[in-house]
Amino acid sequence: MKCRVCREPAVIDIRRHNANFCSDHFLRLVRDQTTKAIDEFQMIRPGERVLVAVSGGKDSLALWDVLNELGYEADGLYIGLGIGGYSDRSGEMTRAFAADRGLTLHEVDLRAEYDTDVPTAAKATRRVPCSACGMSKRHLFDQAALDGGYDAVATGHNLDDEAAVLFGNTLRWQTEYLARQLPVLPARPGFPRKIKPLVRLGEREMAAYCVLRGIDYIVEECPMAVGNKHLGYKEALNAIEATSPGSKHDFYFGFLARAAERFRDAAPAALESGDLATCERCGSPSTSEVCAFCRLIERSAGHEPVTLTRKGKPL
Amino acid sequence: MKVNLRNPTRTIEVEGPMSIVALLRRLDLNRESVLVIRDGTLVPGDALLEDNAEVEIRPVISGGST
Repeated sequence: MKCRVCREPAVIDIRRHNANFCSDHFLRLVRDQTTKAIDEFQMIRPGERVLVAVSGGKDSLALWDVLNELGYEADGLYIGLGIGGYSDRSGEMTRAFAADRGLTLHEVDLRAEYDTDVPTAAKATRRVPCSACGMSKRHLFDQAALDGGYDAVATGHNLDDEAAVLFGNTLRWQTEYLARQLPVLPARPGFPRKIKPLVRLGEREMAAYCVLRGIDYIVEECPMAVGNKHLGYKEALNAIEATSPGSKHDFYFGFLARAAERFRDAAPAALESGDLATCERCGSPSTSEVCAFCRLIERSAGHEPVTLTRKGKPL
Repeated sequence: MKVNLRNPTRTIEVEGPMSIVALLRRLDLNRESVLVIRDGTLVPGDALLEDNAEVEIRPVISGGST
């Protein structure tokens, strides 16, 4: 296996590009594809400050690394979700990554600041854990970005993430979600711009980037996500990709090029116009008097903390 | 050879020599879903693993909230 660029021994094959790459040219490919996404979708303008949502996983740490390599002013925000030892380990890895590189890391801890955590909030509100977690993270990232004067929140969503979400939304024709499944969501009153600079890169590529860059990330899966629908969609798409390389890319970028526009009117009017009420508790934009995050906190704060266990041992 | 697997963490013995492609096929793993790592770096798909090799097969799929 030889590198497509220099003909030296390759370390990775990317079947959808029908190409192999050595370490140096693979790392360049990742940076080039990130730059291409940022430019194509006008994600970051010169001089802007970016807040990277970091979890300790491969995608967010790789994204933070790439943005800094490309010269962007990018700080990180880690949210302590209180998911047992998994959160402890992911927090340690994130802090070590930032310290090694001299990067600025902000932290919010759900238990310390809101007297709850994801397992407890999910149980107290009977929400699916991933739903309670995602909603909390979006709220806290938005708030931190606005408070800190950042121009955009960058997340590590990669091509596999976007294709899997598109697959799920299309299976059920959730048109209001399809209308908003874009690599960039512009800033609106009370919301920062949201950007996904890794949409041109697959999940395997992001893991490979971390290995080749020596980035120590949390490999174990979140114990609350095991068996969720999103993972099932990814497995289904990878089964298709194995026999038809490039399918995930064509599915997602074909949607952006030829279908996304058709769903634009399906987005909730209030969200699009920014004509939202203000949460009585936190002041965030909301479709009701109290926003979903504050309702979650109110219902779960003070609830007996849930301890995650496996075979009787704390996770 | 020693093959270290994740989620859950475990080690299995597989008789070598064997190519990466054959190893993944034998373990019923999709090449899109894993990386093969030896001595801290990636092992290319056409590499032949000797019987005394030790490799990690690392899953790359992660999920959860979006």
